[in-house]
Amino acid sequence: MPTLAKTGNEAMAEAMRQINPDVVAAYPITPATEVVMIFSQFVADGLVDTEYVAAESEHSAMSACVGAASAGCRVMTGTSSQGLQLMSEILPIVSALRQPIVLCEVNRALSGPINIHCDHSDTMAVRDFGWIQIFSENAQEAYDSVLQAVLIAEDEKVRLPAMVTTDGFIISHCMEKIETMEDDAAKKYIGEHKVKNSILNLEKPITLGSLDLQDYYFEHKMPVVEAMKQAKDVIVKVGKEFGQKFGREYGLLEEYKLADAEFAVVALGSTCGTTKAVVDELRNNGLKAGLLKVRVFRPFPGEEIAQALSKVKAAVILDRSDTYCNQGGQLYTEIRSAMYEAAKKPLLANYIYGLGGREISLEGIRQIYKQLQECQSSGQVIHFGVRE
Amino acid sequence: MDNLTEIRWHGRGGQGAKTAALLFADAAMSLGKNIQAFPEYGPERMGAPVQSFNRLSDQPITLHCGITSPRIVVVLDSTLMASVDVSQGLPADGSLIVNTSKTPQEIRKEIGLKGAKVFTVDASAIANEKIGRNIPNTPMLGALAKVSGLLDFAEMIKNTEDKLKKKFAHKPEIIRGNIEAIKAAYESVEGENG
Repeated sequence: MPTLAKTGNEAMAEAMRQINPDVVAAYPITPATEVVMIFSQFVADGLVDTEYVAAESEHSAMSACVGAASAGCRVMTGTSSQGLQLMSEILPIVSALRQPIVLCEVNRALSGPINIHCDHSDTMAVRDFGWIQIFSENAQEAYDSVLQAVLIAEDEKVRLPAMVTTDGFIISHCMEKIETMEDDAAKKYIGEHKVKNSILNLEKPITLGSLDLQDYYFEHKMPVVEAMKQAKDVIVKVGKEFGQKFGREYGLLEEYKLADAEFAVVALGSTCGTTKAVVDELRNNGLKAGLLKVRVFRPFPGEEIAQALSKVKAAVILDRSDTYCNQGGQLYTEIRSAMYEAAKKPLLANYIYGLGGREISLEGIRQIYKQLQECQSSGQVIHFGVRE
Repeated sequence: MDNLTEIRWHGRGGQGAKTAALLFADAAMSLGKNIQAFPEYGPERMGAPVQSFNRLSDQPITLHCGITSPRIVVVLDSTLMASVDVSQGLPADGSLIVNTSKTPQEIRKEIGLKGAKVFTVDASAIANEKIGRNIPNTPMLGALAKVSGLLDFAEMIKNTEDKLKKKFAHKPEIIRGNIEAIKAAYESVEGENG
């Protein structure tokens, strides 16, 4: 397997090159610009067969994606922050139409104030639109997950759109060593796109986007509900097979030294990598520290998280976004909800951190573990690392 | 992460501090290291002070926090030192490498540095002579290789040459100039004991 030095954005673009989608429609936005910029160079250089649509906005980009997917194309795009929000009118239409579009999303704070740096508020804002959401800890995971996302999204039982995210700048612009597949192996792994329906197929005419009122709208949302349930097993299956083939196995979650841990941090994305280093250090000092990395946020692995946390004394849920609902961040509120039926539950605290790219340091994570050991009751929501 | 080495590059926007970090990481990776290279996450403006960073390790690197206490600091433009504290976070056993025609003793006095080791190399002069342009980032790779002792220099030269050959197949003079610049900086970088 080739070993390459790639940034998160380059890794995602490389995966897109190997997937060779039929259509990519996109509009550039920092820090995701490079994903589609590099890919458009692949198009210009004739390295892919893709029809590249340089749209005039993200709303148009996602609309063009829907059009292309309606014609039976394999479709991808990339965006970030405000771009994802501008797409948001179209996003639930994609899942309702059961179009397996794959989106490379680079997590960036939402305006305002305007900010180009990492937090998860953009991805979290579209969590309820029927899209699969996969977070990446590093460039390697971004590459691997973009490839897997095609298989997951196009799986007969799923047929839902998927977004794979990296943390803006922290991963998108950090060059790391990654292993990629040979082009032939990637092509074989991705396989041919099976066209389920196409508006261009005159033998089997279909109607898309029709008015659907009180009598059937509800029934027509149920397949999305069902597909999202099925998606869990498919994600696990795809992640396991990926491991067998390429040596890097993936699941809904990743447990790091959690089996016998008393104190756990639960987090998404790049912060998990930094936390691993702190866990190692604390373990060397005799503290039973652990990490639960949530790789997949949609479908939400509630039962699996409850199970994974059942033995710890106390856990802090790290949210890099706020719900402004006075009940804590998205990850926390959903984990707390998932723990309601659990027979054994740890004390849970919520730390909202890193908004707008605010640095989360080793020392910061050490402090979080220290405060966690002193945790006496559940339900605290703390905005960590913010100046008074 | 016992064998982790962190490096900070200082330059001005447009001088290639980011590229230098990428090139050094790429060379280190080719010699078997795990690497990271990333720019300072801020607005980039031509001429404004910028930073970039490297992590090198024999083990996989999981850290994704900022670098605040680098073992080595490389300064591409010595005029920066009037406005930027390039020694910030540099440990007592760390190394500061400056592109300048001055001696290490003069630099130490100029910035009032206590502790750490100071090295100087006239990378701009080397670049002008060997490459024909003031692009100090390439020769500084040689100085960094010497001071850090992290990489097998002969291997690094061979590897860099191979990469340049692929990139500049039709411009052999560029390859020769860059390689000679790296070698010259490797040989002429000066420590405080001469």
